[in-house]
Amino acid sequence: MNLASETRNDVVIIYVKEERLDAHNSTELKSAVQKLFEDGTKNVLVDLKDVRFIDSSGLGALVSGFKNAISHQGNLKLSSLQSQVKSMFELTRLHRVFEIFPSTVEAVENFQS
Amino acid sequence: MEGNTIEVDIKVPNKTKYLSLIGKIGEDIARELERYSGDKEVLAYHLNLVLTEAMVNAIKHAGPKEPEKLVRIVITLHRDDLTIKVYDDGQGFDINAIPAPNFEELEDRGRGIFLIRTLMDSVAYRKSCKENMLEMKKKLA
Repeated sequence: MNLASETRNDVVIIYVKEERLDAHNSTELKSAVQKLFEDGTKNVLVDLKDVRFIDSSGLGALVSGFKNAISHQGNLKLSSLQSQVKSMFELTRLHRVFEIFPSTVEAVENFQS
Repeated sequence: MEGNTIEVDIKVPNKTKYLSLIGKIGEDIARELERYSGDKEVLAYHLNLVLTEAMVNAIKHAGPKEPEKLVRIVITLHRDDLTIKVYDDGQGFDINAIPAPNFEELEDRGRGIFLIRTLMDSVAYRKSCKENMLEMKKKLA
């Protein structure tokens, strides 16, 4: 899976550079997020700008990351969801769980507030 | 075959790397519909999703002793009636015993069948001694 990352104001941003986040590749994202929290990172932003398609396994990997954040007293937020991807969060009520931002800039600002 | 019918009958190895290939067939069928009155791009996503979820389900239930097995998928579009059948030869499961997700509990898993049920008109899973079949239907009007 193609993941890129950068750190901005103490927030680690993971860019999912894949068109699909599904049962084939979502375990890698889950492991990467888990490792960040285990290594002491507190603030993780997952940016889904390039993701055109997400399935239940992809959603599950993000839920796993969210729970990891809670158990490490950290935060996991999401940014740049394409409209059809966002509708999957709504269908599964996960939009009530995650804090979702239109862009990485707005998300990073929110971590600071 | 009748002029108004499309049938795609495909077998792929039961590996997740083929999810994208199968999902794209669903997208292409949605985009080719001439009479569909709804949003074709939304339908394309939904067909991609139900095919992906059903194939993951078949991979999970396929016999673990034979990793080289194939998953067979048959997509039939007759006028406005879409039927998708996905075959596996594993132990099978009772689809009616699968609860809807508890939205208050944050589970990593358990949303696949819920999504299929939400996006299709009917879903059935038939077990037989030879193979099992997940059958999903939707009226595309």
